[in-house]
Amino acid sequence: MKLNLREHIEGYLFISPWILGMVLFALGPILASFGLAFTRWNLFTEPEYVGWANFQKLAHDPLFYKSVFNTIYYTIFAVPLGLVLALGLAMLVNHRLRGVNFFRTAFFLPNVVAGIAMLLLWKWLFDPNFGLINLFLDWTGLMAALEWISIGRPQWISSRAGAMPGLVFMSIWGLGGSMMIFLAGLQNIPRELIEAAELDGAGPWKRFRYVTVPLLTPTIFFLTMVGVIGSLQVFNQAYVMTQGGPAHATLFYVLYLFQTAFERFQMGYACAMALVLFIITLIVSLIQLAMGKKWVHYQ
Amino acid sequence: MSSASGDTLSLRRQLILYAALSFLAFWFLVPFAWMLITSVKTPDEVFSRLLPSVLRLANFVEIFNQPTLPFGRYFLNSTIITVFGTGASLFTSAVVAYAFARLNFFGRDVLFVAVLSTMMLPAAVTMIPTFVLFQKLGWVDTFLPFLVPACTGNAFQIFFLRQFFKTLPIDLIDAARIDGCSNLRICLSIAMPLAKPTLATLAILSFLSLWNDFMGPLIYLHSNEKRTLALGLNAFAGMYGTQWHLLMAASVVATVPILMVFFMGQRYFERGLVMTGMKG
Repeated sequence: MKLNLREHIEGYLFISPWILGMVLFALGPILASFGLAFTRWNLFTEPEYVGWANFQKLAHDPLFYKSVFNTIYYTIFAVPLGLVLALGLAMLVNHRLRGVNFFRTAFFLPNVVAGIAMLLLWKWLFDPNFGLINLFLDWTGLMAALEWISIGRPQWISSRAGAMPGLVFMSIWGLGGSMMIFLAGLQNIPRELIEAAELDGAGPWKRFRYVTVPLLTPTIFFLTMVGVIGSLQVFNQAYVMTQGGPAHATLFYVLYLFQTAFERFQMGYACAMALVLFIITLIVSLIQLAMGKKWVHYQ
Repeated sequence: MSSASGDTLSLRRQLILYAALSFLAFWFLVPFAWMLITSVKTPDEVFSRLLPSVLRLANFVEIFNQPTLPFGRYFLNSTIITVFGTGASLFTSAVVAYAFARLNFFGRDVLFVAVLSTMMLPAAVTMIPTFVLFQKLGWVDTFLPFLVPACTGNAFQIFFLRQFFKTLPIDLIDAARIDGCSNLRICLSIAMPLAKPTLATLAILSFLSLWNDFMGPLIYLHSNEKRTLALGLNAFAGMYGTQWHLLMAASVVATVPILMVFFMGQRYFERGLVMTGMKG
């Protein structure tokens, strides 16, 4: 294509809204965070320069470590669990069956319920006394069995031990989006490749392992990246359902950041936390990109 | 379409599949069904009966009539933010994406890498300075912190639309150029109509995320009549926490619009995802 000045100018005119947005709402704020992280500021007085004090405080803040631990814990369990189950479901609904669209919609439906409504509903489902989960265990006699093996009545998100597993469990109901993307990936696999493997005598497992999975690696990679970045930012669940409790068992990083900024008005300290999150996200993403080069096959 | 699912399955395998799918679908639908069922129960029946004896639609009237939390107003606020936000960001994103896909300009590829990296930028990182900016502008407790950024496009949408625009045949564009169409004209009246499945898919996703946005309204919208449904629901739960039938009725009301949008766009949704291909 011939290059000319007009096209250069036109290109920049086309993308100018995005450039403006990037400078105002991404680049600018990041730079400002760098500045504010070195101040003490309650939003009402003038920011006061304090050097590295915020970062030193962070290094000795047990709640900071707790929130990092919780966030990593959640990521390590929820992301792989979600990916494996989403792929399984996608393979199930990738069959040519009458009514298969009904099932696709059914699995996606929890994503189409208003988010906060879903969280409030789950909070109720988890309620140790009035929640459907424990009522179900009561009705089916499973509760008696749990009590008999002296586990007792599960308290779910009302207990320190049960809160995080409860939230991971709940995340299964949100995997419809990943399922749809896996389904799209599966439908992009050329039929001939599967048939060729079949002719070569590969059974279902081998076809899955050596044809389907390698061809899906870009999808798996994409969903892992998005999933990890998403779960580093978990906020709504913790704010709406547990307020970070009990005893900080669900104090997620972004919840702690939010509380620091907008409930305690320690803006400088919160900016330092935001910078640390930025750096963590950057490192995690770069590691994933570097590892991705080894296992992702692009057709 | 060639796909890995062309076989006609034996009856036995079909039955096994139906059984497995029904079992799983049941569990996926239980929470939503419980919400629907509870929303039409009387307060007494919430725990005493599995299914309601009568459909108590009065619950829906009641939530709109209670004086402290104006649900109708919340509904309108969410609608304004979501509809305008989706429309504005998709339009801008399409124009920006078209340039990245189809125009040659200096630094294009470097800038596209910048698009990709803003996709990965956690919102929490920019949250505080952005709040300070909007506060200085006097935009706190208005809808502007939602409407103005929407006009600058969205990295996800730019990325996916660019992938789509790249697949358009070059002949089509050249033919339009020879006919004297400007680039903007080609983008708006040729490329965008062809991108309908992708646009519909992105519109659904954007609608979902704006309608469900909680942290944004929590930070920016403080007065009662400015609240969105997401905030209103949470406030409602705080006030009427144990009136499950009312809370579930309110939840159903908050869910109906996104369900409608989803079912309207659903026929494009899967196709949009397949076409996008997710191939980086």
